[in-house]
Amino acid sequence: MADTATDQAFVEFERVQKSYDGEILVVKDLNLSMPKGEFLTMLGPSGSGKTTCLMMLAGFETATHGEIKLDGRPINNIPPHKRGIGMVFQNYALFPHMTVAENLSFPLEVRKIGKSEREEKVMRALGMVQMQDFAGRRPAQLSGGQQQRIALSRALVFEPELVLMDEPLGALDKQLRETLQFEITNLAHDLGITTVYVTHDQTEALTMSDRVAVFDDGRIQQLAPPDELYEEPQNSFVAQFIGENNTLMGTVSKINGDRCEVTLDGGEIIDAKPVNVSEVGQRTRVSIRPERVEMNKERLQPDVHTLRAEVLEFIYMGDIFRTRLRVAGNDDFVIKTRNAPDQVRLTPGTQIEIGWLPQDCRALDA
Amino acid sequence: MGLPPYATLGQRIWYYSFRVICGLIFFFLVAPIVVVMPLSFNAQDFFTFTPEMLRLDPEGYSLKHYRDFFTNPQWQLALKNSLIIAPLATIISVSLGTLAAIGLSQSHVPFKGTIMAILISPMIVPLIISATGMFFFYAQLGNWMESTLGLDKGFVGYVKVVLAHAVLGIPFVIITVTATLVGFDRSLTRAAANMGAGPVTTFFRVQMPLILPGVISGGLFAFITSFDEVVVVLFVGSASQKTLPWQMFIGLREQISPTILAVATILVVISIALLTTVELLRRRSERLRGMSPG
Repeated sequence: MADTATDQAFVEFERVQKSYDGEILVVKDLNLSMPKGEFLTMLGPSGSGKTTCLMMLAGFETATHGEIKLDGRPINNIPPHKRGIGMVFQNYALFPHMTVAENLSFPLEVRKIGKSEREEKVMRALGMVQMQDFAGRRPAQLSGGQQQRIALSRALVFEPELVLMDEPLGALDKQLRETLQFEITNLAHDLGITTVYVTHDQTEALTMSDRVAVFDDGRIQQLAPPDELYEEPQNSFVAQFIGENNTLMGTVSKINGDRCEVTLDGGEIIDAKPVNVSEVGQRTRVSIRPERVEMNKERLQPDVHTLRAEVLEFIYMGDIFRTRLRVAGNDDFVIKTRNAPDQVRLTPGTQIEIGWLPQDCRALDA
Repeated sequence: MGLPPYATLGQRIWYYSFRVICGLIFFFLVAPIVVVMPLSFNAQDFFTFTPEMLRLDPEGYSLKHYRDFFTNPQWQLALKNSLIIAPLATIISVSLGTLAAIGLSQSHVPFKGTIMAILISPMIVPLIISATGMFFFYAQLGNWMESTLGLDKGFVGYVKVVLAHAVLGIPFVIITVTATLVGFDRSLTRAAANMGAGPVTTFFRVQMPLILPGVISGGLFAFITSFDEVVVVLFVGSASQKTLPWQMFIGLREQISPTILAVATILVVISIALLTTVELLRRRSERLRGMSPG
């Protein structure tokens, strides 16, 4: 997909705002630009404005301010049925009175495509999701996963360049969700379709996307590829929202380039990387991933600060151990260690010393 | 569901009296209709069971009242009028009622409750009051159509009765269609729009087939309302628009002929046939869409 991407933005939001009641902005000053062929996920808690953005792109909601462009032309004044955008809905939205084949044939009939070509395209689209044998069934005779496969092939059958997916896997069980995540990403990349995917499931967002836009409070908090999002969150909302995270509150006491010292509220001093703090004396929330906390002092740099911790709970999770600690007054400090043969299993009550590489600990906004 | 072995005396008494009460209610509902049927085969011109009929003597029965109904020009005119007026009124009620219900189910419509109340009012306001109002209103309208538009008097008469009956039928359609729309998934119309279908195509290909059961039962109620209606016809129509109920009403007043009973029997049979057909069709379509089990 990357080779088909050009500098020309395919989907563009320019200073888009949306308000339903004329007072409260659901979407505040949204700017987003997507190259052709990208799989972009809008991730965020409910009420963060992600679905509204998708609906504006589909044409079911109109932007209060700003402009939305598709392939360089503004689409604010184009009705949904003339936008040529495919869409997959959370509740599948299959037409219950039509068979699977009739459902898929509907967008082609509307486009006045001849019967033989229609049948051929329908079968090809069903083939993409391995559902050819179900052409004569009605949606009610299919399971949830099968229905969503049909909905997916219906959104692709008329070969749209842009496909929107509104939490398409939300109603399915975990295993099916994982299989379909894989199928959807493969299909999207194979066909070179530009995809906007909305979800509140961060695992889904991380595993499927080229880039993820994290939404909160009507704004994009961070727009980055999954690994960058997880490892380098730009603010404390993103850090909290993506993955598990330990946080400690403190004040910046020394800054030196890409390293700083933070004095925690209990007086302990730790090392961190300043992300959005810039001066000494600023309040900060430091964030560190559970798997980046180190208990083995020998693996740490000699000059870093360490913290004393008391083991409160040890949970055996099979592939990993999850240990809950009390660190600097925080009872919910979690570390994760791999279940390796030499890994110690800590018993509650044990006193240990923990530390981390300064670049893994990020000093964010308070 | 039988009585459990531990039922007390009170529960036993209630169990049987409940059945008796239900039976009585059913009897009072059905008896007047059932009693009409044998009487319509009376060989005499009276509304009574003759001794021959009670003896089940074939001499006591005849089809002469049915013959009268199918040959008497008065009854034939009434039948023809009913068959013209009821379907036309139904078509108008169904079209307007369905559109109104769809409009009122949109979230952005202001004063929804008030509009709904006004549209439903013909069903709530006593018929005689609506009829009186309609009498004056349609008299004016009729005069205007005849004098200004120069339309034929007979034609205008039909227009008046059809419109009046359509107004009476609209509430039924609105209520049944609104009920089906409650379960209608809006993402279906969105999906259709997304696939490139304009609003009109979406309506006829997606929304209409799905709310059809509601539209049909509403239409059936509207049809039967018009087919059975006597008060408004008496006020708004003239003798040349007399419908079956009108002719029956006049017949009861002027000459008590068992032909009325024959007509009543035919109407009952038609009503039952209509209801059964529609119900079967509705069940079939629901089964096809997987909305009800089995």
